[in-house]
Amino acid sequence: MTEIKLTNVEKIFGGSDKVLEEINLEIESGELIVLLGPSGCGKSTLLRMIAGLETITSGTLEIEGQVVNDVPGAQRSIAMVFQSYGLYPHMTVRKNMSFALELAKKPREEINAAVTQAARLLQMEPYLDRLPKTLSGGQRQRVAIGRAIVRAPKVYLFDEPLSNLDAALRVATRIEISELKESMPGSTMIYVTHDQVEAMTLANRIVLLTPEGRIGQVGKPLELYTRPKSEYVAQFIGSPAMNLLPGEIVGTGEKTTIRLETGRVAVSSTPTRGSEEGLKVNIGVRPEDWVETTDDYIFEGKVKITEELGDMTLLHFGRAQGKDTVLAKLPGIHPGLQGNTVKLTAEPPKVQVFHKGVSLHYR
Amino acid sequence: MDGIVKNNSSLSKWIVHITVALLVTVWVAPTLGLFVSSLRTNAQISVSPWWLSVFPLNINEIQRAADPDEFRKADGDVFIVSGNLFGEESAKEIIVWGTSSRAIDAYVPGDMADLGDGESITVQANGDYVWRGNDEQLSGRGQRVLVTTRGPPEFTFENYRWMLFAKENTEGVAKAFINTLTVAIPSTIIPIALAAFAAYALAWMKFRGNALLITAVVVGLALPPQIILIPILKLHLSIGIGKSYLGMWLVHSAFTLPFAIFLLHNYMAGIPREIIENARLDGATDFQIFIKIILPLCTPALASWAIIQFLWTYNDLLGPMVFLQNNTGDNMVLTQKLTKLFGMYSERWDLIATSTFISMAVPLVVFLLMQRHFARGLLAGSIKG
Repeated sequence: MTEIKLTNVEKIFGGSDKVLEEINLEIESGELIVLLGPSGCGKSTLLRMIAGLETITSGTLEIEGQVVNDVPGAQRSIAMVFQSYGLYPHMTVRKNMSFALELAKKPREEINAAVTQAARLLQMEPYLDRLPKTLSGGQRQRVAIGRAIVRAPKVYLFDEPLSNLDAALRVATRIEISELKESMPGSTMIYVTHDQVEAMTLANRIVLLTPEGRIGQVGKPLELYTRPKSEYVAQFIGSPAMNLLPGEIVGTGEKTTIRLETGRVAVSSTPTRGSEEGLKVNIGVRPEDWVETTDDYIFEGKVKITEELGDMTLLHFGRAQGKDTVLAKLPGIHPGLQGNTVKLTAEPPKVQVFHKGVSLHYR
Repeated sequence: MDGIVKNNSSLSKWIVHITVALLVTVWVAPTLGLFVSSLRTNAQISVSPWWLSVFPLNINEIQRAADPDEFRKADGDVFIVSGNLFGEESAKEIIVWGTSSRAIDAYVPGDMADLGDGESITVQANGDYVWRGNDEQLSGRGQRVLVTTRGPPEFTFENYRWMLFAKENTEGVAKAFINTLTVAIPSTIIPIALAAFAAYALAWMKFRGNALLITAVVVGLALPPQIILIPILKLHLSIGIGKSYLGMWLVHSAFTLPFAIFLLHNYMAGIPREIIENARLDGATDFQIFIKIILPLCTPALASWAIIQFLWTYNDLLGPMVFLQNNTGDNMVLTQKLTKLFGMYSERWDLIATSTFISMAVPLVVFLLMQRHFARGLLAGSIKG
């Protein structure tokens, strides 16, 4: 069942500043969807539009089949967890959590039951009667989540909830959110972040937004990783970013042969048509997909810098033509490669082909 | 090296302490002096300054023997009036005395003053006297005796009783005190409500002309009150409010609104917007957000503004003079009353000190009680919560 449907949604600020364009999205019930993108791409704005905190300039937003563009946020059966928690500083944790239900004039027993259950789920019982200012960041985050749970909404909205936590706490809370989702299989969650690790680990599907406010790609995390639709997606997902090498298609068919500007030849499993021969393309290979080789190679370069991290070794190559540095990520320890010339190749499935920025796999 | 550093810090610490102590002394001295003077009699005040008030002092007094028509007793063919010049038991001791203002030290205690024609009066050191004379001499008023006493200082609350509670005192300040509170308290409460609502709307509600209104408020801050005194009074008279408490409340409220709205608006705008958005998503109406979220979070700013407004209206002289004062003078406020007292009781320092201290007491208490809120409110906005 489609829980949330966005059709041609646009957002324009101040009459001229278009931050979101042609947003078409269908979110299934029970999914954890992550809105991913760089700062300023409009992902928080999109979330706030779903929440009812921003108006929708054009397009429709439907929740369970009902158009809710003009329905106030409080009546959309959503609950939001803010980046800086937004707890009421003058109320205890218990009062914070029961505020919404009290406003809805629910009976006292119902409120207490809901609060106790949420507190138990999040292990917050010890500090139910404390004020927010006596709590640590992680505890406050849990109160913010607990406050959302108590309202038993259809959709949970998370606005970069881990950004204000330190690194160690971030990892721990990320796991907690994952476990929370497991324990509530029927709830739909929309999660905004700029951190792709959070996105890859938490999401059922990722919605990657471009800086212009359009949808770059929607799909399962590994789909975005292995079959990026565009150079933008290819270079956003995965760290360090995918290497792009310019070249020209010289052989088409089930497998495509590309001759690079360096003269070397690469083979990709992306199928191409005969008419595409001669097309100017970029091939994309992720640093972790390079394999050291001694015979047939796609790339050869002198290692300028090595970074030995123990579990992997990063090799930075200079480029004869300038442009981007090529990086290779080899597993394990490879001592003594500094200053050496290394030859690299990659398996055809790992070679992406992009024409004018768009992957030929998604013609 | 260590020794030098340590010396400097303890020396400068001492300098700081001493400077602070001096400043405090200078600041507190006048109030303390006023308080001490209000507990002394006028006679004592004219003789010694308040910082020597605890030492014994010489006071010149004029006493009278008791009324002879009531108290004289026969003693042979003469009459005697006897008693003590000081009324009840007193620790005063007479040093010298006299019967005429030209020679107040004519006699010492124990002497018998010859008043002529067999009339005499004897005064002892503790004030006991015996006044002897015939029928004609011991009549009318009691004999006047001018004494110079030396005694311990006398502190009394009599001045307070006289100024506050004595019904026979036509210049008592009790009524003026009540009147002042009648002016100050509503003038503080009415604008709170108005300003809080206005500040919330300007800070957190989106509507056209929002920015314009805020500018208008700031412009209002710059308006000197003297400009509007006469026009507003004319307005009050023409619409029937006249000179009354209602007029006074309205003027005070209106005049403090720019300041109150400005202060509260700045404070409210500093409330993190996520708290308010959260409340909106929880289903709260604007009014509920205002009552349950904004107002409780604004108590420091509200408290500090309320203190300022209360003290301002309490101490105001010009406002009541223009908008309140009527012919009978029975709705005078303390400030007006004090100016009147200065004119009438110009040499009665004891009563003046008392009245002034009564007038000061309320602001002192208010400030001491609310000092914590006051400091927090003033720092509002500089510290992110």
